[in-house]
Amino acid sequence: MYRYDEFDQTLVDDRVEQFRGQVQRRLSGALTEEQFRPLRLMNGVYLQLHAYMLRVAIPYGVLSTRQLRKLAHIARRYDKGYGHFTTRQNIQYNWPKLYEVPDILAELAEVEMHAIQTSGNCIRNVTADQFAGVAADEIEDPRIYAEIIRQWSTLHPEFSFLPRKFKIALTAAPHDRAAIKTHDIGIGMVKNAEGETGFEIFVGGGLGRTPVVAKRVRGFLPKQHLLSYLEAILRVYNQLGQRNNIYKARIKILVNQVGIEAFTAMVEEEWQHLKDDALDLPADEIAYIKSYFAPPSYEKLEGEDASLAEKRLAEPAFARWLLTSLQPHKAPGYAIVTISLKPDGGIPGDATAEQMEAVADLADRYSFGEVRVAHEQNLVLTDVRQRDLHAVWQELRRHGLAAPNVGLLSDIIACPGLDYCSLANARSIPLAQQITRRFADLDRLHHIGKITLNISGCINACGHHHVGNIGILGVDKKGTEFYQVTLGGSADENTSLGEIVGPAFDEHHVVDAVETVVNTYLEIRKNGEDFITAYRRVGLAPFKETLYAAH
Amino acid sequence: MPLIKDGKIAQDPWIEAAPDAALPDVDALLVPYAVWHEHRETLMKRNGRLGVRLAADQPPQLIAGDLDRLDLVALEFPTFRDGRAYSYARLLRERYGYKKELRAVGNVLRDQFLFMHRCGFDAYAVADENLAAEWSRALAEISVVYQPSTDRRRPISSLRRRTPAGPGAAPAPKSGEIVSSWAY
Repeated sequence: MYRYDEFDQTLVDDRVEQFRGQVQRRLSGALTEEQFRPLRLMNGVYLQLHAYMLRVAIPYGVLSTRQLRKLAHIARRYDKGYGHFTTRQNIQYNWPKLYEVPDILAELAEVEMHAIQTSGNCIRNVTADQFAGVAADEIEDPRIYAEIIRQWSTLHPEFSFLPRKFKIALTAAPHDRAAIKTHDIGIGMVKNAEGETGFEIFVGGGLGRTPVVAKRVRGFLPKQHLLSYLEAILRVYNQLGQRNNIYKARIKILVNQVGIEAFTAMVEEEWQHLKDDALDLPADEIAYIKSYFAPPSYEKLEGEDASLAEKRLAEPAFARWLLTSLQPHKAPGYAIVTISLKPDGGIPGDATAEQMEAVADLADRYSFGEVRVAHEQNLVLTDVRQRDLHAVWQELRRHGLAAPNVGLLSDIIACPGLDYCSLANARSIPLAQQITRRFADLDRLHHIGKITLNISGCINACGHHHVGNIGILGVDKKGTEFYQVTLGGSADENTSLGEIVGPAFDEHHVVDAVETVVNTYLEIRKNGEDFITAYRRVGLAPFKETLYAAH
Repeated sequence: MPLIKDGKIAQDPWIEAAPDAALPDVDALLVPYAVWHEHRETLMKRNGRLGVRLAADQPPQLIAGDLDRLDLVALEFPTFRDGRAYSYARLLRERYGYKKELRAVGNVLRDQFLFMHRCGFDAYAVADENLAAEWSRALAEISVVYQPSTDRRRPISSLRRRTPAGPGAAPAPKSGEIVSSWAY
């Protein structure tokens, strides 16, 4: 993984002291809250319902075990013993004290971490495929370019006061695990007719109150032009994005207003001035960053490990966990293991300090000391030998981390909701907990199969409900929490937005509604097709009928 | 309003014309873009120095052809959260080759000095003259940069390669040192 050199370290250390000064000026009254707000936001400090919240960047979801142990230490020392992994591969602490935040940042800087640009109207922490570098289906390692973008976007002098927040995601596999089409800029790595690798660029995706699937702005961009092209897009947006209405300020609104053809023309025109100049990425710079992502020294192993088959037969619980937790690894005899942070009745994405340390220990022992955060709010061990899977599973079980539900109904993505967030209309966490309890029966869960369920506590859509196969949106009706259900959303390479199924349900009926949707799907399912395939075949009607027929 | 240049409070010779009043007969006259647009021909014939003030929705393309005649361009920040003028500043310096005074006006605060300087501003109209003492500190707070920008500081990528970033490239400023702008 990437390691800071003296320059990266200097910047982060400087930033800690700069923020310490800003906090001191706020506490002394030299800065008003209005003036301090964008400064703290650019350092990930939010003022929430009950306290300040600190969001720490985990660039493209990659963590060393040393970093993960530091996150555990911060949870214990400065918070209430846990942290919350987010849909943007970051971690949030819900109870830090403002005067301690500079100390937390100093501790993070010791392990090459920071909270720079995890909020505010700037270029946010860049995200990527959580299986980058090890996935069997990828063209190239997107972490190289994610790191290059991280550096370019950090404290960018021109783009730190954009009309609105700006999110960039990358993937290098045909199967999109980074939801690139729901981002302001989505970047996919592709090969052109000559066999060269470059970038396909999408722009103007986003969720929130106006969900939009990103549109293609360029089919193939040679690697050396990555930063000049991004700078061209950002410069057009910085000048023309709306600034008088925060609900119309994202780039998606600009792209929709001028049309993708006109927007593309403006970007290309701007790019003609920027290309082949100071932002050009020479091959040696790419090679330098790439050298940090050299694959670890894998043992030479034959295909599937024989002992695994034996243990699979002997222990059905282990077999079940294997079914949901593994992804194909590019090296024979290895597996990618996703660790579910969605236990029955748990809070999606939460991990205790002890659990973080347990995962760090496992990664050191079995996975070359590296951990990933998935945007589905789970953790990942990237390089586990198949013969070690049983030991890993046993250890995970000891720490309540072996829920065999990755990719299944109870692998819920949820925002913090009204329990923490000052924007929310409704609670998300208790609803997620109720759903996981209702669907706790593992036989049933596995029988239902692959499905995504996303919950947002308000229209800002932090739980990405628009792109859940089943989406649930908390709404406020005259002071009472209601939940609107959408169906048919998807966040992969076939991104689609869910359709509202009908009138919202109150908190006593929404779990029943989810169950009705699931039962309806099981009725109409043909040849083992998964939920989204069945939905695309039959549409909304049969679900509408079973949900509202009785009323 | 106090003016900061090179980290010090500077005398401001510029007189700004009120939008609807007669143009005052002064040596250094700053006019809003609307006045420039309406009286361009008359203004061009004056002997004194001329400056134009652009609001946040007035991009520098509007005056790109007139820059040879201007000694001051003032870019407005209606609120510090409105970042359009950062792009305008870079366009003026890098694309249109403007080399005279580029002044930040409006809601100009200490914590934006570094970004403004990096984008090519060299004068700052501030509400509080005590900010002059903060200026060099604000600029030195972050001693390394990742992006090539108008200030021509060498980005980290070029320092790593230990190769010259190009003619005129400036080294990172040492702590406390004020980078003189517009050396090129």
